[in-house]
Amino acid sequence: MRSISVTVNGVPHQLAVEEDRRLLWVLRDDLGLTGTKFGCGVSACGSCTVIVDGKAVHSCVTTMKAVDGKHVTTIEGLANGDHLSPVQQGFVDHLGFQCGYCTPGMIMGGTALLANNPKPTREEIVKGMEGHLCRCGAHAGIIDAIAAASHAPSTGGAK
Amino acid sequence: MKKVNEEMIVPEGWGFVDTVDRRDFLKLTSSGLLVIFALTPPEGMLRPVWNPAGIQRPSPDFNAFVHIGANGRVTVLVGKVELGQGVMTSLPQLAAEELHVSLASVDVVLGDTDLCPFDMGTFGSLSVRTLGPVLRAAAAEARTVLVQMAAEKLGANAADLEVKDGVITLQTDRSKHVTYGELTAGKRIERRIEGKAALEAVANFKIVGTSPPRRDAIDKVTGRAKYAGDIVPPGALHARIVRAPAHGVQLTAVDTKAAEAVPGVRVIRDGEIIAVLHEHRDEADRALRLVKTTFGPAPSTLDERTIFAHLEQSAPEGRAVAEGGNVADGEKSAVQVVEQKYLKGYVAHAPMETHSAVAAVGSDGRVTVWASTQTPFPLQTQVARALKLPTEKVRIITPYVGGGFGGKSASQQAIEAARLAVAAGKPVRVVWDRTEEFFFDTFDPAAVIKIRAGVDSAKKIVSWNYEVIGAGERGSQQFYDVANHRTVVRGGWNANTNGMHPFGIGPWRAPGANANTFAREVHIDMLAQKAGMDPVGFRQLNLTKNARMQRVLQAAADKFGWQPQQLPSKRGFGVALGDDAGTYVATIAQVKVDPATGAVQVVRVVCAQDMGVVVNPDGAMQQLEGCITMGLGYTLAEEVRFKDGVVLDKNFPTYHLPRFSWVPRIEGVLLNSPDLPAQGGGEPAIVTVGAAVANAVYDAIGARVVQLPLTPARVKAAMV
Repeated sequence: MRSISVTVNGVPHQLAVEEDRRLLWVLRDDLGLTGTKFGCGVSACGSCTVIVDGKAVHSCVTTMKAVDGKHVTTIEGLANGDHLSPVQQGFVDHLGFQCGYCTPGMIMGGTALLANNPKPTREEIVKGMEGHLCRCGAHAGIIDAIAAASHAPSTGGAK
Repeated sequence: MKKVNEEMIVPEGWGFVDTVDRRDFLKLTSSGLLVIFALTPPEGMLRPVWNPAGIQRPSPDFNAFVHIGANGRVTVLVGKVELGQGVMTSLPQLAAEELHVSLASVDVVLGDTDLCPFDMGTFGSLSVRTLGPVLRAAAAEARTVLVQMAAEKLGANAADLEVKDGVITLQTDRSKHVTYGELTAGKRIERRIEGKAALEAVANFKIVGTSPPRRDAIDKVTGRAKYAGDIVPPGALHARIVRAPAHGVQLTAVDTKAAEAVPGVRVIRDGEIIAVLHEHRDEADRALRLVKTTFGPAPSTLDERTIFAHLEQSAPEGRAVAEGGNVADGEKSAVQVVEQKYLKGYVAHAPMETHSAVAAVGSDGRVTVWASTQTPFPLQTQVARALKLPTEKVRIITPYVGGGFGGKSASQQAIEAARLAVAAGKPVRVVWDRTEEFFFDTFDPAAVIKIRAGVDSAKKIVSWNYEVIGAGERGSQQFYDVANHRTVVRGGWNANTNGMHPFGIGPWRAPGANANTFAREVHIDMLAQKAGMDPVGFRQLNLTKNARMQRVLQAAADKFGWQPQQLPSKRGFGVALGDDAGTYVATIAQVKVDPATGAVQVVRVVCAQDMGVVVNPDGAMQQLEGCITMGLGYTLAEEVRFKDGVVLDKNFPTYHLPRFSWVPRIEGVLLNSPDLPAQGGGEPAIVTVGAAVANAVYDAIGARVVQLPLTPARVKAAMV
């Protein structure tokens, strides 16, 4: 057990946790942030994607030790009150979801993608999102959503 | 979670309720108008092919509640669940249309066994197709009752009144009006209706046929949407269950000492269930890895290659599901006869949300289970049986479900959570990991299909002899002009007869129809080629008695820009037709095949669909796109590997779902069919994907692949 300092969605936390515990389960079970989803547990589906210091990571394989002193943004941290981030708004406007389970991970992945490449081509979006699985087949809407967000004025996104 | 107040059953909007029980429901509906509608359900609902708990229900059953409160808000209560298919939006559209109220004033409660009328389950593309008419009738009846009440109150003839946005106005004196809420305030009016109601004419539809924003959108993009695994009753523990490595093996020894030594861990044994419980999931996972087990040998030696001979050998006797003329006589006039066997492996459902459930025992002994399930009511019976409780002592609540595709018709995880909650005396969460999901999945069964058919000199199909083993009846019947035909079905997806399958099987999006449509439509292509015709023209020539299918095929051909050429044209174009859930589909795919590797890339898909009245065009189109995209999986890659009872595919690194780079340009066409009631939309388009792509591969490089999926190795092997 050791003390981990981590800022989640702008809120600093001092957590007394085993340092090899997984970020996904600390977010869900200890901090009550259930928007981040479990899908595969082996970094193979993208459902648990969060942003750590600007980079998309799979929280199911990320240890608490690895996020010590870092800033984590989850799906709960994207909207500013009722004001959705451009990527979130894109998913609403272009029906980038069906069952919605992969959606938080998709939105975090798309947000990180645009942070690193604000005006991606369609091919770059496909390549950037390739590690995210969606079983409902909402892919076409998701690509449109991220493309639309890339053209929106930047008013939200990862902190 | 939504809070309940006295004004309405749920607050403005929509969603799932976890704070009222049956008594509250009766109290809350003690004023206002409650229409309880019983309609003799269609045959498919009375004797569904899929009845997980084997439950018998009185018939006719009540299958829709519509409540109008004193504040004018309408609540629709139905036993369906929101799997992503959009019923949370489309069902209120139907109710709002018939009631003449704004869509925003309609709330919906789904999948709660305390609050909603019985429903067998959300499968078979039935929600809009069969529940829709019942719901419309209930809403129409409510409107009729309210207009009668208004007529009395206003001293007018009902015929002189009009209803708009929940306000009833006398047309001849517009100063006289009354709202639904004013009429129902303080009154308890209950109507139990059986039979027919005066439905709104399709031509007058204002809300049906539009695409309002999905009601789940904001929840789902903000992370606020709650799935079963996100429900955390106070004190809830995660349970991880000791599992066998293979199907059919017996536990011979278990040692849980090391797991029990982990701080915070409890080990619970309840019958055959041995579980490790901890407040944190990852710590329960760690403790589970410390449990030492020994298992006996596996009874099955089958694998994904030997299964097909086993199926042919073990399948039950065939039964003819369609027959006309005499196949042998028909074949006498054939100038070309094509005989072929088609194979398809097991396919997993692989929803992104694994089977999840949370169970809690109340102080009154009632058990509440929040479950990711497609069948809350059958599950209620199953949980009650497992706990030896009366059914009414169990409540199933279905929050958002993270994909089902048929796989969540079976809900073993909820029974596990309920048993462990009782044994632990604390709320228990069971969220399967991905390996459990693959292991306990009720796969789409492997199938063998044999077809022998002939064409005559006029290029007409004159004989059709069809036998399907494993897949079942759905989609097995051909719809071409064939006088002499016979279709025989041996075994099916709804029962593992004779132990044909070494693990669980069950319904998978359009169960059976993917395999059957693949075989039939590839065979039709082979006949077209033998007849020297292009595949669209050959189908048109053999569909003279099926105007509806002709129209769908023409719509797809027009959209695609089809130009007739003989097979193989080297263009990589393939067509397939399907008939599923009352909807007719024509799909044309364009592919590129890498001759060096056999890899197939689908670049364009046109899909035309006649689904009757389209309730929500955007939602229907999204289902169509989802079908095409998901269908690429069973078509190109998905096939569960197994050996000796072990499911070798345990997670996504080896079992490949369609990814972004696979997705073609998809162009959907929804035909205008106002004279046909709304048909199914969640499944039909997927049935055509396998054959459309396989036929396109043949057209591209002359490789006729007759086994799904079309892996690069199989395409290479079929190249000549």
